[in-house]
Amino acid sequence: MSYEFASSFAQTSGLLYFVGMFGAALLYALWPRNRERFDAASRMPLSEE
Amino acid sequence: MTRAATNNYLNPAELGLVGVLGAAFLACTLATARAIDPGFGFHAGLFAAASAAGIVALIERARRGLNQPVPAEIDGRPNYNLGVVKFGVAAAMFWGVAGFLVGVVIALQLWAPSLNLGLEWTSFGRLRPLHTSAVIFAFGGNVLIATSFYVVQKTCRVRLAGDLAPWFVMLGYNFFIVVAGTGYLLGITQSKEYAEPEWYADLWLTLVWVVYLLVFLATIWRRKEPHIFVANWFYLAFIVTIAMLHIVNNLAMPVSVFGSKSYPIFSGVQDALIQWWYGHNAVGFFLTAGFLAIMYYFIPKRAERPIYSYRLSIIHFWALIFMYIWAGPHHLHYTALPDWAQTLGMTFSIMLWMPSWGGMINGLMTLSGAWDKLRTDPVLRLMVVSLAFYGMSTFEGPMMSIKAVNSLSHYTDWTIGHVHSGALGWVAYISFGAIYCLVPWLWNRRELYSLKLVEWHFWISTLGIVLYISSMWVAGIMQGLMWRAYNALGFLEYSFVETVEAMQPYYLVRALGGVLFLIGALIMVYNLVMTVRGREAELALRPLGPALQPSLVPAE
Repeated sequence: MSYEFASSFAQTSGLLYFVGMFGAALLYALWPRNRERFDAASRMPLSEE
Repeated sequence: MTRAATNNYLNPAELGLVGVLGAAFLACTLATARAIDPGFGFHAGLFAAASAAGIVALIERARRGLNQPVPAEIDGRPNYNLGVVKFGVAAAMFWGVAGFLVGVVIALQLWAPSLNLGLEWTSFGRLRPLHTSAVIFAFGGNVLIATSFYVVQKTCRVRLAGDLAPWFVMLGYNFFIVVAGTGYLLGITQSKEYAEPEWYADLWLTLVWVVYLLVFLATIWRRKEPHIFVANWFYLAFIVTIAMLHIVNNLAMPVSVFGSKSYPIFSGVQDALIQWWYGHNAVGFFLTAGFLAIMYYFIPKRAERPIYSYRLSIIHFWALIFMYIWAGPHHLHYTALPDWAQTLGMTFSIMLWMPSWGGMINGLMTLSGAWDKLRTDPVLRLMVVSLAFYGMSTFEGPMMSIKAVNSLSHYTDWTIGHVHSGALGWVAYISFGAIYCLVPWLWNRRELYSLKLVEWHFWISTLGIVLYISSMWVAGIMQGLMWRAYNALGFLEYSFVETVEAMQPYYLVRALGGVLFLIGALIMVYNLVMTVRGREAELALRPLGPALQPSLVPAE
């Protein structure tokens, strides 16, 4: 395995992996059905005894 | 609360621990005797003494019948473990004052070098890491461990996991601080910024940190609340990332198991890159992620408003996690580090501006509908001003990471000013705010002893920060410009010592800023001690200053 192959593989797959992970985080944060859960969570510090 | 002491014997787990501590005591005593340098002998003796103290504490605990199982719930409500949090708050204030005091001493040493007293133990080179570690790891670390143990219990609605484990984390971490701090004074260092302690202290911290991670994860695992609150995500990122950074940056080979000296396994530019990957992420995950967790819990709680946008908090979290880890190379501009790596570090630093400001806006906008509280509640004001400083230093940092700007700012006191706008303005202020909230909650007091004293603390220390950072801006930029100035013949305009002489007045202003910050912290300690003792000053005391506030109403 040459250096060129290893570095281009690491860079390309790393880019796709990280962008994919961040995309998944964005989807989770912005998914409309999660709105209710997040509204409740934003009040969590206030609702404890 | 009285618990029936059914027996006064050690349970099997405690017996095992006594065995481990006994073995540690013997090994450390042997190491003391065989030590090849006096500093290592002293530290091995400290470890032996700590092992013996641990055994005595375990036996004493059992003798008093305090080792009986504690109910996780009482009358259907979680029986929170607050003792360990109280210890952390007290330790944080102790180390904070000590660290600020050492900071003042070294600031004065720069103004008047004879103040190093001509002794090796009090020289600038040994006191400076004592100051940075005392404020970052001892003050900041105790604040983070204490608040994380508090917040994770409250937002998971469950008692902290483990019986001895949380105390092992808290006491073990503070023992690490003692070993690290005394080591600096004795001249034991591996000369890595923010990672000065030698191999045996690093191994000890690794053990403490793994137990910390396990206690935190086990508490989340047992949670009664299905959703994991965002602050816990920030705390978890802080704990996991610090573990990774600490282990990789401290990979080293000791010269002898009976000596303090070790050599890192990386060398040259690789060592530098690993060091600043560590160093900048100590900023990103210790001084930012952990304290953002404090922001996301304590600001809503104190303002009595929900988080402005919970969605933004999730995006804030992941963006910060993905970007911070790449920013380290900006500490190595114009060095032997490959050019592309420098550019990568710069690019990610600039991109970090977005999540940083997103988080700041999220914290500030949490005050929507409660802005009036800024007028009456100095504790909330401390936390909001901390966000302003967070925004300012996270704007300044990316700007300074741009190579052209860095060519002026690098190695100058501008960097010192930048660090302190983040450390004093952001980290210390959000910590002060959290501690002012926590002490009445932990000790069941209605309110602080005196909100007027919080006002005094706020204004005195804010003035101190302004003096500090403005003097360092002027000194640093002047220093950078003097270094690069050359005359018509192409010779350098100034010798190095002329730049040092030019900065002397600014060093005095900086030291004054530090003194004001220290005075503020001492006022805080007095206020907290009186709060714990159950006093309330507001009705009894006359106003401290006529111009301070027309009429001060304590926050509800």
